Amino acid sequence: MLALFQRDIKLVLRQRSDTFAALAFFIIVASMFPLGIGPQATLLKQIASGVLWIAALLSAMLGMARMFSEDYADGTLEQMLLSATPLPLLVLAKVCAHWLCSGFLLSLLSPLLAMQFGMSPESTWILALSLFLGTPILTLLGAIGAALTLGVRSQGTLLSLLILPLVIPVLIFGAGAVDAANAGLGLTAHFSLLGAILLLALPLAPLATAAACRIALE
Amino acid sequence: MNWNSVSEFIHMGGYGLYVWGSYAMVAAVMILEVWQLRSRARAQDAASLLTQDGENV
Amino acid sequence: MNWFKYAAPQRFYPLAGILVTWCSVLATLLAIVGLTIGLLIAPTDFQQGESYRIIFIHVPASWMSMVIFVAMAFWSAIGLAFNARLAFMLARALAPTGALMCFLALWTGALWGKPTWGAWWVWDARLTSELILLFLYIGYLALHSTIQDTRRADRAAGLLALVGVVNVPIIYFSVKWWNTLHQGASVSVSAAPRMASIMLIGMLIMAIAFWLYAIATALARTRILIREREAQSAWIDSLEEQT
Repeated sequence: MLALFQRDIKLVLRQRSDTFAALAFFIIVASMFPLGIGPQATLLKQIASGVLWIAALLSAMLGMARMFSEDYADGTLEQMLLSATPLPLLVLAKVCAHWLCSGFLLSLLSPLLAMQFGMSPESTWILALSLFLGTPILTLLGAIGAALTLGVRSQGTLLSLLILPLVIPVLIFGAGAVDAANAGLGLTAHFSLLGAILLLALPLAPLATAAACRIALE
Repeated sequence: MNWNSVSEFIHMGGYGLYVWGSYAMVAAVMILEVWQLRSRARAQDAASLLTQDGENV
Repeated sequence: MNWFKYAAPQRFYPLAGILVTWCSVLATLLAIVGLTIGLLIAPTDFQQGESYRIIFIHVPASWMSMVIFVAMAFWSAIGLAFNARLAFMLARALAPTGALMCFLALWTGALWGKPTWGAWWVWDARLTSELILLFLYIGYLALHSTIQDTRRADRAAGLLALVGVVNVPIIYFSVKWWNTLHQGASVSVSAAPRMASIMLIGMLIMAIAFWLYAIATALARTRILIREREAQSAWIDSLEEQT
C-alpha cells in the first residue's frame, strides 16, 4: 500500500503540469464569478463560500479521471487486481496520493482566494477547514466515477455528470459552514455532518471503486 | 359533480392553463412513451421477417 | 441446445407479455376512475382553488420516480449478485420510465407552484431533490449508453444505481437542511392541502394507476431488450416464425 502511495506521488511530481493546471483552474473559475456578477464587496462576501466551494469542486473533478486511466492503459491496474493486497486498500492508497495533489492543495490555496472575495479572517479559516474536511470526500467519490468510466469516450465530462449530484451534500455542508458561523449558529453541526460523511465514505467508497475496477477489467 | 357547465370545467376557476398544462403534458409523455415502445416492437417484427426470408430461401 | 442458459429470458418473455396487457388495462380503468374523482367529483379546495387538482398527477409521478429508482437499484443488485442478465435488463428498462416520471413531477410541480406561490420554480426540498434524482437517472442512462460492451454497461450502470440509491437519503436530508437554513419558514410544495378524504382516495387511485402504467411500460421495454439482446438464440427464431 505504502509503495503504491509513494509511486503515485512520484508520478504526479514528475508530471506537475496536471496539478498546476487544476490549481490554475480553481483560481480562474473563482475569479470569473466577480467578473460575471459584479465586484460589490457586500455581494462578494455573501457568495464567497459557495463560489469557492464550487470552484474547488469543479477543479477537483477536473483531475479525477487520471486517477486510474494511466494505470488502466499500461496494464498496472490489472496487476493491482491480482496482487495480494486487497484492492480496496490499494484504492485507498491511490485516493490519498491523489488528494494530496489536488484537494489538499486547493484547501491550502483557498485563503488567497478568500481574500479576493473580502472574507473575514475567521470565515477564511472556516472555509479552509471545511475544504480540508470535504475535499477528501470528493476524491473518494470521484474515484468511484473514475473507475466506472475507465476507457470511455469523454471520460472527464461523464465522470463529472455522474459524481456531481452525489457530492451535493458535501457542497451544502461545506459551504454552509461559513454562512452558519457568520449567522452565529455555530459550526459543530456542519462539521460533524461532513465528518460523518467522510467516515462513511472512507470504507465504502474504496469498496465501490474496487468493484468498478473489476467491472471495467473483466 | 362539481361543475355546472363545460366551460366552467375548462376554465378551472382561472387556473385552466396550469391544470390543463399539467394534465396535457402527462398525457403527452405517456402516449409518446407507449407509441415509441410500440414502434420499436414493430421494427423488431419487421427485421425478423427479413431474416426469416433469408433463411427460408 | 443449452436451454438452461437461455431459460430465464425465454420463460420471462411470454409472462411479461401477459403482464403488460393486464397492467395496461387495469391502469386505464383505474385512471378513468381516479380522473373522474379528481377532476369531476372532488370539491374545490378552500385555499388553493382549482389549481390543487394538479396533485392528482404530481404526487403519483413523484412517488413513482422514487419507487422506480429503488426498483432499478434492487434489480441491479440482483444482477450483480447472481450474474443474472434478465435482472440487468429489468433495471435498464425501468430507467427511462423513471426519468420521465421525474420530469413530469418537476413539470407539474412548476405549474402548481406558479399560481400557488408566484414562481415557476421554488427551491424547496422536495422539488430540488426531484431535480437531483433526474440527474441521477440521466447519469445512469448516459453511463450505460457510453459503454459499448453491453455486459460491462449493465454492471457499471448497475453499480452506479446502487451508489445512487444509498446517496439519495443523504442528498434529501442535506437539501432539506439547506432549505430550512435559507428560507426559514419554508414554502413547501409538499405541504399538501388539508385533504378531504375524497381527494385522498382520488390521489391514491391515481398513484396505483401510475404504478401499473410504470410496470407495463417497463415490462414492454424489457421484452424489446430481450429480443434485441437474445437475437442469436433459437427460441427467438421460433418465436418470430410464429408471428
